[in-house]
Amino acid sequence: MPGKLKVKIVAGRHLPVMDRASDLTDAFVEVKFGNTTFKTDVYLKSLNPQWNSEWFKFEVDDEDLQDEPLQITVLDHDTYSANDAIGKVYIDIDPLLYSEAATVISGWFPIYDTIHGIRGEINVVVKVDLFNDLNRFRQSSCGVKFFCTTSIPKCYRAVIIHGFVEELVVNEDPEYQWIDRIRTPRASNEARQRLISLMSGELQRKIGLKVLEMRGNAVVGYLQCFDLEGESGLVVRAIGTACTLDKLSSPAAFLPACNSPSKEMKESPLVHPPSHGCRSTHNSPIHTATGSRLTQNFSVSVPTLIYTGMGSGSAGKEGGPFKALLRQQTQSALEQREFPFFTLTAFPPGFLVHVGGVVSARSVKLLDRIHNPDEPETRDAWWAEIRQEIKSHAKALGCHAVVGYSESTSICEEVCILSASGTAAVLNPRFLQDGTVEGCLEQRLEENLPAGCGFCHIPYDELNMPFPAHLTYCYNCRKQKVPDVLFTTIDLPMDAAVIGKGCLIQARLCRLKKKAQAEANATAISNLLPFMEYEVHTQLMNKLKLKGMNALFGLRIQISVGENMLMGLASATGVYLAALPTPGGIQIAGKTPNDGSYEQHISHMQKKINDTIAKNKELYEINPPEICEEIIGSPIPEPRQRSRLLRSQSESSDEVTELDLSHGKKDAFVLEIDDTDAMEDVHSLLTDVPPPSGFYSCNTEIMPGINNWTSEIQMFTSVRVIRLSSLNLTNQALNKNFNDLCENLLKSLYFKLRSMIPCCLCHVNFTVSLPEDELIQVTVTAVAITFDKNQALQTTKTHAEKSLQRASTDNEELLQFPLELCSDSLPSHPFPPAKEHLESASSNSGIPAAQRATSVDYSSFADKCSSWIELIKLKAQTIRRGSIKTTVTVEKASPVGEGNFRNRSAPPCANSTVGVVRMTPLSFIPGAKITKYLGIINMFFIRETTSLREEGGVSGFLHAFIAEVFAMVRAHVAALGGNAVVSYIMKQCVFMENPNKNQAQCLINVSGDAVVFVRESELEVVSTQQPAATCQPSCTGGEVTT
Amino acid sequence: MTSELDIFVGNTTLIDEDVYRLWLDGYSVSDAVALRVRSGILEQTGATAAVLQSDTMDHYRTFQMLERLLHAPPKLLHQLIFQIPPSRQALLIERYYAFDEAFVREVLGKKLSKGTKKDLDDISTKTGITLKSCRRQFDNFKRVFKVVEEMRGSLVDNIQQHFLLSDRLARDYAAIVFFANNRFETGKKKLQYLSFGDFAFCAELMIQNWTLGAVDPQADDMDMDLDKEFLQDLKELKVLVADKDLLDLHKSLVCTALRGKLGVFSEMEANFKNLSRGLVNVAAKLTHNKDVRDLFVDLVEKFVEPCRSDHWPLNDVRLFLNQYSASVHSLDGFRHQALWDRYMGTLRGCLLRLCHD
Repeated sequence: MPGKLKVKIVAGRHLPVMDRASDLTDAFVEVKFGNTTFKTDVYLKSLNPQWNSEWFKFEVDDEDLQDEPLQITVLDHDTYSANDAIGKVYIDIDPLLYSEAATVISGWFPIYDTIHGIRGEINVVVKVDLFNDLNRFRQSSCGVKFFCTTSIPKCYRAVIIHGFVEELVVNEDPEYQWIDRIRTPRASNEARQRLISLMSGELQRKIGLKVLEMRGNAVVGYLQCFDLEGESGLVVRAIGTACTLDKLSSPAAFLPACNSPSKEMKESPLVHPPSHGCRSTHNSPIHTATGSRLTQNFSVSVPTLIYTGMGSGSAGKEGGPFKALLRQQTQSALEQREFPFFTLTAFPPGFLVHVGGVVSARSVKLLDRIHNPDEPETRDAWWAEIRQEIKSHAKALGCHAVVGYSESTSICEEVCILSASGTAAVLNPRFLQDGTVEGCLEQRLEENLPAGCGFCHIPYDELNMPFPAHLTYCYNCRKQKVPDVLFTTIDLPMDAAVIGKGCLIQARLCRLKKKAQAEANATAISNLLPFMEYEVHTQLMNKLKLKGMNALFGLRIQISVGENMLMGLASATGVYLAALPTPGGIQIAGKTPNDGSYEQHISHMQKKINDTIAKNKELYEINPPEICEEIIGSPIPEPRQRSRLLRSQSESSDEVTELDLSHGKKDAFVLEIDDTDAMEDVHSLLTDVPPPSGFYSCNTEIMPGINNWTSEIQMFTSVRVIRLSSLNLTNQALNKNFNDLCENLLKSLYFKLRSMIPCCLCHVNFTVSLPEDELIQVTVTAVAITFDKNQALQTTKTHAEKSLQRASTDNEELLQFPLELCSDSLPSHPFPPAKEHLESASSNSGIPAAQRATSVDYSSFADKCSSWIELIKLKAQTIRRGSIKTTVTVEKASPVGEGNFRNRSAPPCANSTVGVVRMTPLSFIPGAKITKYLGIINMFFIRETTSLREEGGVSGFLHAFIAEVFAMVRAHVAALGGNAVVSYIMKQCVFMENPNKNQAQCLINVSGDAVVFVRESELEVVSTQQPAATCQPSCTGGEVTT
Repeated sequence: MTSELDIFVGNTTLIDEDVYRLWLDGYSVSDAVALRVRSGILEQTGATAAVLQSDTMDHYRTFQMLERLLHAPPKLLHQLIFQIPPSRQALLIERYYAFDEAFVREVLGKKLSKGTKKDLDDISTKTGITLKSCRRQFDNFKRVFKVVEEMRGSLVDNIQQHFLLSDRLARDYAAIVFFANNRFETGKKKLQYLSFGDFAFCAELMIQNWTLGAVDPQADDMDMDLDKEFLQDLKELKVLVADKDLLDLHKSLVCTALRGKLGVFSEMEANFKNLSRGLVNVAAKLTHNKDVRDLFVDLVEKFVEPCRSDHWPLNDVRLFLNQYSASVHSLDGFRHQALWDRYMGTLRGCLLRLCHD
């Protein structure tokens, strides 16, 4: 008897009227856990009953504690007929099972009914007494912490990052059981909710067991999904990254990891080779299901426009002694594990060495009934296959690990597309050595890994590249080769050197498909997939170039399958990486050059494109320093001077051998307009409207180029469904509809949030589904965060300055100026550059404090900034002549720094009767520090109605439901003692309607981490001291004058 | 391509004040969109009409969901579904319970019954306020009335506590409830020149002095009903005009005191008996419900109109009324000084407020 669960029912409020005669309710409560049920007394004739019950005690196994939810049912007592249910509350008691999280769950929970929605609230207190000894219980994994956050949680330190854990459980879907024909919709929904809750608990426990086996104590980047396979069953699957985490207890715990200088690498996590196999299920042979099972696999490796078929074979030849060493070491540590995958998207400093590119794999499967829920081998084998493929792709890119890894499915009838994607990467081999440090290697490594560009350097062998690409020497360090573009699924590394701001880039695509059955259908789909993938990449590449950027982060490509079409939606955040070459423009080439008007049209288009690129560069403040050309005195190449390259595999791969610096610059992307299709493409390129001024958007955690967030955040979910007119649907019309849908949705968001300007939509997460024949559903969840415009200006300056410094470094090398101190020592982490400047100003230039204090004139701020720009321009000139005078800029920067502090203090939160709970898809809360993680929130709800019109139609129904889901999430967090949910994600929103029957049903699955945060103003003293110390070297660097 | 479903749900519920106003004013979504377009918002934000349509729909839907809670404002504070900052909650409530002057003048003093509700069509046509808005305002009056009807304690406090209104608005509602309960006639043509503010002012004075609550703070319905005993006693004042000696003495006292101080002295002197008779008779008649209802009609007929026809300046009215009430204390034969003060103290304030064009 390892655990005692204690529950007390205190009171209810705002209950619905259940007795029409008296307009009151005789309510009582049933408390159920496992097979034990307790009841409270009936509280007669009240809508606000005060039960104040005794403590109901359940003595249970900790295995049950993990699997089972606590189920609280509120009923109306009826003497003559059956008691009527008012609603239920499911409470996941998992957060109470590990010591550091919540100790008690206590608060008001909305009473939820799947037919009526929220009907009043109930006040409950839950406690758990655990008497267990962890070693004794093999089936339970109490104590393993779970985090949805895809980075090391803020108040922890990663000791060891063990690696990939996954599990899936299957069951029959209650909705499709025979009994469903005779039971009420409510009973069916509740059975489903309960089952999924149970399965989630079981899944989490099993994952926990694997973590314990690997000697870890936590799962980070935990992603759990369920697949509604209809007739064939219900699958709940999860992936995550096992870690050993240490709680930071010192005040330094509140400092973001990015602030620690690279010397602290020793404290960075070690990738720990597991001593024993972490998985067993996968070793079973592939289970061929009854009937035909299609394994139409195909895959794509990015970055490349050219669709590369499966497996480019083994990794290339070793490029040099160092690379060989690196490879061997990585290999030895990572090869032992079956899947060297990491669901993390942000890493401790020094962890990520090189990034190869995006690897993805898709597979089309035919579903069939799961015959034995206890042996989910078929599904397991499917995923194993895909993962294997991902692994081999990573290998082809010269990488041994995959980071930012995720999996998803799209199901339509009996066809299922399984997708997996991630970013091939090389992780620091030193960390793979399990503690033993080799001095010389370490030295070499650090030499070879300059901050801000190391991850861009190609991990593969340039002589044996897995795909054709243009390589150049890194624009930052000049030592290593970099590709011309970089696609990744991870967040922008903290220390990456970026020029300007980032922006959301989306590729959208529809393809019609004939309606077909089973195998024919699956074949049709798998035939279409490669083309879609190819086009999505083309679109992404074009849009990226149109933005004048050279890298994509957070890339997520979703392909959804419907009855008669396939939809592809790729979202990513484009940025300009300082290390990568400037992207060439887009060149349009016509097929029929003799036609005069046609020529004219082409040139008109070309002009439009060029204008757009120029405009975008201005908009996103992309003004990379012109380096080599200017030094040698060559003018900026005119567009017509760009070499005309045709988009063909053979040609471009020929180029590979003769790589030099000038190439990246001149290579223009050629669009051939040979038919109307291509014309459409070009048009659609130009239809994307930039967000209104004051708005930025990205799908990553943070917006590159903005880091002065103020505390106002607004998380939202927006759902749109459009019905396509079924007549004469063509691919073009479909594409246009889909494009308009997404663009209009974005426009609506910008309009709605206009009061928050200047603001940025972060973590914009689009999901598309095809619920019915002619319906397209797009769901967006994102968070709008306000930022300080003044500081924003300042920050961009900092970036500009950084690049200048870098430029100066380059000059140094080329012009043989021994500017030792002016090397790239400015820490390029984008955390608080403004502060650094302030500190540097006060520490080295000796400006009296009084002088700085006087300059807080905000009205003339813009002027100051613009004059500062002038100054920088001037400075750039000076640099070219070989002299630097940084001190001046530092002085000028100081008033801005002052501004920072003033704006930082957020207005105090006004008190309210209901505590405010913030929700955000990000892992942090701007202007605040997370002090405690209370546990994972993972909730699943079903809502159904048989009076759709009365509830305001589909919009009214779903609006109310989503609001209710938010309310229930907030209530659970508040009951745990938290005040925010971070890494919130709506994983599923399945909406079905039948307007003719006046019915609709919706399923929603959400998750996130419940946390306690404290406003930064209360921790100000601590956080301001640290940057002062870290930026010291850069300050001294700034004073040098030649 | 038609939009089947289009929603936006924020963790913090977005409230657009402009759209809220349009919704409260009873405009349909399409009218509201048209009005917003006219306001130039498209040019300011660069949005399209479709975006505006979707935004307006969203807000309207949110308001409809909130309306149920607004009917019992404390619920809005305790509910969990919509996360709304307290300042916004206050704004939502205050605006929801705000009413139009034109509308309240039509309904003031009428029984808040189904019958009146049927007349809202006419009121809507007459005032130009949409029927929907009229209904909301009427329902608000009725709801507040129902809730505070049977309560003990101060009317204003009760309203404030149960509807979380600002002090100003709670006082207005107290007046509306008081008028509705006592069914004072306010719609006669003669009374058209009076604003809601005038009546609310009188209501407040009457609640303070003439109700049960004025004598016994624990009485049921204390602020709603006039003190019946007091009204009965008012008959005793009749002696002031019935007893000729007393009336003459009263007149001479007033005239002596005011000689040389009034611009309209001669008119006053000539009219004194009429005015005094009017004021005392109004008091004496208040035992009948019918006459209570006509209180304001009578006051205007018997006092305001004679003054107006003789062009009394407001200051003269004030001097006269002060002297008129004070002089009674010097009438030795008159024994109802306290009663007189309770009556005249309030009436004096009311009359001064009613005396304007």
